Amino acid sequence: MESNSYLDMELLRFSTAGSVDDGKSTLIGRMLYDSKSIFEDQYEAIEASSKKKGEKNVNLALLTDGLRAEREQGITIDVAYRYFATPKRKFIIADTPGHIQYTRNMVTGASTSNLSIILIDARKGIIEQTYRHTFIASLLGIPHVVFCINKMDLVEYSEDVFQKIKKETEAFVSKLGIKDINFIPISALNGDNVVNKSENMDWYQGGTLLYLLENIHIGSDHNHVDCRFPVQYVIRPQSDEFHDYRGYAGRIAGGVFKPGDKVVALPSGFSSTIKSIDTLDGSIEEAFAPMSVTITLEDEMDISRGDMIVRENNRPEVTQDIDIMVCWLNERPLQLGGKYAVKHTSNDARCIIKEVKYKVDINTLHRLEEDTIIRMNDIGRITLRTTKPLFVDSYKKNRNTGSLILIDEATNETVGAGMILD
Amino acid sequence: MKSYNLNHLKELESEAIYIVREVAAQFENPVLLFSGGKDSIVCAHIAKKAFHPAKIPFSLMHVDTGHNFPETIEFRDKYVKKLGANLIIASVQDSIDQGKAVEEKGFNASRNGLQTVTLLEGLDEHKFGAAMGGARRDEEKARAKERFFSHRDEFGQWDPKNQRAELWNIFNGMKNFGENFRVFPISNWTEMDVWQYILAEGIELPSLYFSHQRDCFIRDGVVMSECDFIPQREEEKTSEMTVRFRTIGDMTCTGAVESDADTIEKIIEEVAATRTTERGTRSDDKRSEAAMEDRKKQGYF
Repeated sequence: MESNSYLDMELLRFSTAGSVDDGKSTLIGRMLYDSKSIFEDQYEAIEASSKKKGEKNVNLALLTDGLRAEREQGITIDVAYRYFATPKRKFIIADTPGHIQYTRNMVTGASTSNLSIILIDARKGIIEQTYRHTFIASLLGIPHVVFCINKMDLVEYSEDVFQKIKKETEAFVSKLGIKDINFIPISALNGDNVVNKSENMDWYQGGTLLYLLENIHIGSDHNHVDCRFPVQYVIRPQSDEFHDYRGYAGRIAGGVFKPGDKVVALPSGFSSTIKSIDTLDGSIEEAFAPMSVTITLEDEMDISRGDMIVRENNRPEVTQDIDIMVCWLNERPLQLGGKYAVKHTSNDARCIIKEVKYKVDINTLHRLEEDTIIRMNDIGRITLRTTKPLFVDSYKKNRNTGSLILIDEATNETVGAGMILD
Repeated sequence: MKSYNLNHLKELESEAIYIVREVAAQFENPVLLFSGGKDSIVCAHIAKKAFHPAKIPFSLMHVDTGHNFPETIEFRDKYVKKLGANLIIASVQDSIDQGKAVEEKGFNASRNGLQTVTLLEGLDEHKFGAAMGGARRDEEKARAKERFFSHRDEFGQWDPKNQRAELWNIFNGMKNFGENFRVFPISNWTEMDVWQYILAEGIELPSLYFSHQRDCFIRDGVVMSECDFIPQREEEKTSEMTVRFRTIGDMTCTGAVESDADTIEKIIEEVAATRTTERGTRSDDKRSEAAMEDRKKQGYF
């Protein structure tokens, strides 16, 4: 490695969703293997396990299935996180099971991703789960989606097959409002267009999957326009040196903050000016998402955790009535009229479920207005009323200030994932 | 338009600072587990950054097996003093003396598993609601499934099949009395990230991480340091070797690697070229395929 080049590396988080046979684990295994990210002792361990089970080839899926129950049953139950890096970028893979009963895991994996890889079997074309995975990617606001048309080796690397699937996919994706979509013909098993360019598909002029992952523009994935700073923790050193210091610590959720900016604190609505933006390495001239910083203000004000610092002329909506798309995560169905705890940015509140508007059939994207029982893995549109105002943006505008979770106060479990609607 | 990008280390740092602050805000009485190893040193460094210019608003706790490398203990005490933090030592020897833990016997005896007893006692004694530690998901396959906020029942047990969903950057630390959380701020870091960060930040480390001369012997292909705590078989001959440690744990289960890397830069080159995992030198993980998962279920870190 060249000296200091590691300081120019970016971080890309992506998720993969897939079912048992579509080659997802093979693809991840291929990426790790071809980018030399599998260690010898890991490889030897899975080689030995594969042999013990009487499998002919080394089963790369064993790399990602970390729990005893998963290895015993040969399935992926939970989200697994994998890491690899090239000199350009570090990658975090959220590897999620793609079966309908694991929608909640897909949603979890997608919630922090910049990019989603959706696998399509070239022999089968678009199937139910393609709609499902694409819908979840759009619902979770993933900016980049890459459709990998896999198993091209089994359709004789045919350009016609690829073009047909591409055209059909584009037709339904256009309705979903995904910012950036890409198509790559691959064979995960043989490594065509995964890390190395395929010699079997001269007709494909685009880059390999890894090339795309390394080069796709992710600089605009955060909202750098609407300034939002949820206060996470108040820093008061109470030492002689910093006797009057009062800093508001948090992670920028949107926009760019600079010393001298006129700001208001919510919910009080009091105005002030940013005095400094502090870090251990010194004060800085600007801070943007997703930086963790400490902001001090010119005026002494009563601000605590859960409050939000924003610009005077660009405020989030302050409201107790919130419409969300919810993905239900718990075995106990959503209770209409039920009360739940809510977490939104650094804010805590309680809420009551006022209305279930409709449920979405995630395979056809049809609205089900008759069936309003929201069970585990269901997605539906509901209305909440919270005990106190929250400072919200639509999820489409900002994934940080547009998301919330619902918690069952009896069990303390996280039961719902909510995306705030306009 | 100007581009607002963080490099990968800054983004990981920002995420870890966010987690540490979230712990301080959500839990009444958190603690940072500190072993004197590089990952816990990075966590302490992150904690310092999170609350500057105030002091770290929680204690550090070391679960001391009594079989640590003297270099680790020396570094620990110096580092904590410099940090101005409060250090609590939970001693495995005390647990053994009180009859709460029973020493393993034989050539491969280790106090590694006994740490769980002492850790749970320490958490209970001080009523810690959350214990932060430097575990990373890339270390081991069971850890790849772990949440940032990992819920433990009143027995300190982990239930891997029934973990709470964790979405976006919203962390649910709600719990009943007697339960607690383990929190892993550097979950998303790899061994390489940790080393690059140490270089970029100029973080001090115990001398064990750097190449040095040491009396060693080989057991099951692993280079072990000669010490009073490991009985050697007759055929396990001691010789002076040039080694360093990739991880630092108990002397009885931490193997060394032969290496000339005596600077962080050289260590990074070595890590980039190495073809085995970091925990490949840890005999505690080699006991079975699910060794880590089993220990974690019982309350191990």
